[in-house]
Amino acid sequence: MDGWTTLTKAGRQTRLAAAAWAALAVALLTIPLFGDYVIWLTANMLILALFAVGFNLLFSFTGLLSFGQAGFFAVGGYVCALILLALPSLLLGVIGGVIAAGVVALIIGFLCVRHTEIYFAMLTLAFGMMIHSIIWKWRSVTGGDDGLVGVPRAPLEIPGVLTIEMADLARYYYFVLVLVVLGIFAIWRVVRSSLGLTLQGIRDSESRVTFIGLSVMKYRLIAFTIAGLASGLAGALMVPLGRSASPAIANWTFSAEPVIATLLGGAFTFAGPIVGSFLFYIIKEIVVIFTGYWMMTLGIIVLALVLGFRGGVVSVIQDRLLPLLARRHNDQGGDG
Amino acid sequence: MTFDALVYQGLIGVSLAMYLWLLAAGLTIAFGVLGVVNFAHGSLYMLGGYFAFTFYLTLQMNFWLSLLLAAASGAVIGSIMERFFLRYIYHLDLAYQILLTFGFVLIFADAARIFWGGIPLIPPMPEIFDSTVPIVGRPFPVYNLFVIFVGIAASALLWLLLDKTNWGETVRASASDREMAGALGINIPRLFTIVFAFAAMLAALSGALGTPVRAMTPGIGTSVIIDVFIVTVIGGLGNLPGAFVAALIIGLMKAYGVLLFPDADLFMTYLVMTLVLLFRPKGLLGGR
Amino acid sequence: MTLEKGVLTSIIGPNGAGKTTLVNLFTGNLPCDSGRLVFDGTEITRLTAHQRVRLGISRSFQITNVFQQMTLAQNLQLPVLARLGRASRPFARPDRDPDVQAEVESLLSDIGLATARDVRAKALPHGDQRLLEIGMAIACRPRLCFLDEPCSGMNPGERAQVQELVRKLTKMRDVTFVIIEHDMDVVFALSDRVIVMHQGSVLAEGKPEAIRNNARVKEIYLGEDVGA
Repeated sequence: MDGWTTLTKAGRQTRLAAAAWAALAVALLTIPLFGDYVIWLTANMLILALFAVGFNLLFSFTGLLSFGQAGFFAVGGYVCALILLALPSLLLGVIGGVIAAGVVALIIGFLCVRHTEIYFAMLTLAFGMMIHSIIWKWRSVTGGDDGLVGVPRAPLEIPGVLTIEMADLARYYYFVLVLVVLGIFAIWRVVRSSLGLTLQGIRDSESRVTFIGLSVMKYRLIAFTIAGLASGLAGALMVPLGRSASPAIANWTFSAEPVIATLLGGAFTFAGPIVGSFLFYIIKEIVVIFTGYWMMTLGIIVLALVLGFRGGVVSVIQDRLLPLLARRHNDQGGDG
Repeated sequence: MTFDALVYQGLIGVSLAMYLWLLAAGLTIAFGVLGVVNFAHGSLYMLGGYFAFTFYLTLQMNFWLSLLLAAASGAVIGSIMERFFLRYIYHLDLAYQILLTFGFVLIFADAARIFWGGIPLIPPMPEIFDSTVPIVGRPFPVYNLFVIFVGIAASALLWLLLDKTNWGETVRASASDREMAGALGINIPRLFTIVFAFAAMLAALSGALGTPVRAMTPGIGTSVIIDVFIVTVIGGLGNLPGAFVAALIIGLMKAYGVLLFPDADLFMTYLVMTLVLLFRPKGLLGGR
Repeated sequence: MTLEKGVLTSIIGPNGAGKTTLVNLFTGNLPCDSGRLVFDGTEITRLTAHQRVRLGISRSFQITNVFQQMTLAQNLQLPVLARLGRASRPFARPDRDPDVQAEVESLLSDIGLATARDVRAKALPHGDQRLLEIGMAIACRPRLCFLDEPCSGMNPGERAQVQELVRKLTKMRDVTFVIIEHDMDVVFALSDRVIVMHQGSVLAEGKPEAIRNNARVKEIYLGEDVGA
């Protein structure tokens, strides 16, 4: 349970891990070579990765389980959509979505953070669904259950400086990639910062944090708002991808995706949610070929993870695979 | 709104409250004793409804029998959930227990789709209830009165069970101090299974009761759980009388809301929850 | 009850006398039903626990309450960051902050655990964890510091260490300690003043020698080893 490790333990493993990340970077950069379907899939994976990393800041680093993150994702997405429908500036759409999500997170967070773990989970669920029902009912603004369609994938425009058309899927993919990496990097910096240390303190012992003179509620709210901003950014990025916004992105079954991705990849690590997001989509694409019962499959996966593999994939790699590989290399007379 | 409408709609609200009360009672009892909030509680409501539908319509059983069997099926599913899954993770962080029950939500949702299809199911009203009774000069469905009766009867039975029987005392002791109860020789693991099954039975009963009036869909589990959570938050987690009062409030709000603010009725319950959270965070009557 | 600055006070009494409850009330862990609390001229009755820490009141816990997953150094970084008002900086690295590092090093050497700075708290032996516990209470630079059974679960050598530490810190850091203890040796060796509690109220108070010879105090301790 160390927020400071990536996939590393000893020197050999550090190099292996670095190689893995490098390979991932190369793969991500060359995705557009593989056609629209792969681009679209990877973009979704990246968006979920950002979404999940935000969730994980709350879960693994502050000790708060939130079932309502989809609410902020949807706020980010819908506000972005509304802005794009009014004036075609991707920059404004994304910024607007992020800020809106942050404000909503601040307000809802204020009501939720004073409560214990269980209440918090229940309340975030309820508030997330409240946003869902607002979106559902407010037809005039959100299009109700039809959602918003025909959202333009507006050009990225900084007036007087540059204009980048985004109609091309590959180009938009790179935009998503850049912003997701920036977002995840920002949260990475937060985790390693003084603020991150404080949040981990709250996870370890709230009473101790209180007795060193810090308000637990204030810091939970900060963490909740950051997670809300990340979710909002993810939502704002997703809407121009499919050029539409639907209420499904506010449903609590969607809130479950970052939760499961984190569990799958490995909670209590930083890389877990990222790995888990990629795995999540791969599994989904495969399973959907064979059966329409994706939810049940997911449910079974969740049960298996909770009962047997709480460390997720990252812990399997870290604790079993990497030592195995390291040992094998040493046996072959590696330099070590 | 006239006085007549007030009374009429109020009674509708009370009958709505009874469904919520049965659900909330189960959730609260399970939480009080096991310390776990069962996110799949709404799914058990859904399964109860589906089972009742099958027993009553497909298998042509007697309505009463269908109700009982549906409730019993809920108990069986609940005990399986606890005995073979939940039991192994009590020592873990609360989050994992919540996640486990959430896994069941996903499984049950698709299971419902597999066995009963995705289309809404609604069986015919049993004949003895298929009539109305004039209340304040307007025809009031007898079935709603029946539901109110069941709700009150259940409350009385629950109170008797918890307050007046040995088993009830055991349950309350374990809720109060699990370790001590175990040290006194109470078979805690078995008690947990029984209590969890009991809570599941209440949920399934609530769903079964709802079948003649409310169409069953696989999505109903997730929408019902929100209502139950709101009721529980307003009433105070672990507080049984609080749950009753909260269920009444929400039931009445829904009934009056439909009349007064037809577009915002969903929102009303959230509003009440927000107000309670702001001013009485522990619930109207206090909780844990 | 009055606690005086610069007077190292011990609170003793049989189990259930209310000693920990008293500390909980003073530090804000429990709200007061009635009465007032005044600290150095400031009324603190309505203040929350973390606000009182900011005013200069800190405590250690009877059951070790440190950040188990973090290293020793990180454990001490947090109270220092909190005191300096830097705990909410979202991008600053605490281990690269010279002020924080300097204070953490000084604290580590004070409690004698400088070599264990990168060891995770949960891997430390019990005695060292208790020392860390005290270190964290001190890191807030309190003027008044409550130590709740600092020697609990320690062997005689470790108790002597704690005694030394408390004496040293009292001198070096200008802090007034109020200690809850059962170990009478420690109590009588360290204290300038002893308060005896019984069933929720103060039974007797005074200099250690006076308390040692107090008949009523001996009476309530009948059956317990006094000075053993």
